[in-house]
Amino acid sequence: MDIQLKRGLLDVCVLAAIKDEASYGYKIIKDLKPYIELSESTLYTILKRLETAKMLTVKTAEHDGRLRKYYHITPSGLKRIDGFLDEWKEILSIYRFVTKEDENE
Amino acid sequence: MNKREFLNELRKGLSPLSEIEIEERIIFYSEMIDDRIEEGLTEEEAVTAIGSVYEIIGQAVTEAPTEKPEKKRSLKVWEIVLLILGSPIWLSLAAAALVVAVSLYISVWAVIISLWSVFGAFVGTAVGGIIGGIVLCTVGKALNGIALIGGGLLCAGLAIFAFFGCKAASKSTVLLTKKFFVWLKGRIMGKEENV
Repeated sequence: MDIQLKRGLLDVCVLAAIKDEASYGYKIIKDLKPYIELSESTLYTILKRLETAKMLTVKTAEHDGRLRKYYHITPSGLKRIDGFLDEWKEILSIYRFVTKEDENE
Repeated sequence: MNKREFLNELRKGLSPLSEIEIEERIIFYSEMIDDRIEEGLTEEEAVTAIGSVYEIIGQAVTEAPTEKPEKKRSLKVWEIVLLILGSPIWLSLAAAALVVAVSLYISVWAVIISLWSVFGAFVGTAVGGIIGGIVLCTVGKALNGIALIGGGLLCAGLAIFAFFGCKAASKSTVLLTKKFFVWLKGRIMGKEENV
C-alpha cells in the first residue's frame, strides 16, 4: 500500500478510536486490532503526529495509583475524519466506475 | 527482560534523541506495559508483548525529527555593546570611507566632464577655424585662410572621434553606477533575509 495512503488511514483510524470518548494507548491498540495491527512504536508516532497537528490533546489522569495519558479528539480531529469520509466517497465512486468498466470488457 | 530492564535499555538506545523525547517515550512504553500487566499478563509477558526494544529504538531514532539548528544569525548582547562602545571609532572610519568613495566617484565624473570639454574645444576650434578661414579667404589672405580651414577640418574630425569616445566613457560609467547600486541593494536585502 502506498505509504502516504497508509499513513492517512492510520491517522484516521486512531482518531476514530478516540472519537466517541477519550482513550489511552493500550485501549486504542486493542480497539483497532480487529481492523489493523498497530505496533506500540507506530502508535506513538501517530499520536505524536496528531498531537502536533492539534487533532488531539493529551491529558494525564490518575488510574489505579499510576498516571495514564488520555487522548482527546479536537474539533480539527473531527474535521479530519469528515474530510476522510468525503474523500472516500469520491474514491468509492471512482472505484465503482473502474470496476464497472472492467465488467464491460 | 523485566520492565525496568526494558526501560533502561530503551533509555540507553534513545540517547541520540532529546531529553524530552526520551522521557515521553519512556512514559509511553511504561504505561503500555502497566496496562498489559493490569489485564493479567506477567511483567515478562507484558514486556515481550511490546516487542523488541531494539526495533523500537531503531524506529524511534530513524523517525525522530532531525531538526537542523537554524542558521539564524542574530547579534549577541556583547556584540551590540561593542558596536555601541566602538561607535566613535567605527562611525568616523565609516564616514571617512564613504567620503573617499564619493570623492572617487566624483573624480571619475570629472574625468568624463573634461573629456567632453575636449570634445567641445575640438568642435569650437573646428567651427572657428572654418569660419575664420573663409573670412581670411574673402579678405585676400587665401593661403592663411586655407591653412586655417584645414586646421578646422582636422579639429572637426578629431571632434567626431572624441564624441564616440566621450559617449562610450559616459555610458559605461552610468552602467557601472547602476550595477553598483543593484549589487548594493542585493547585499542589503540579502542581509535582511539572514536576520
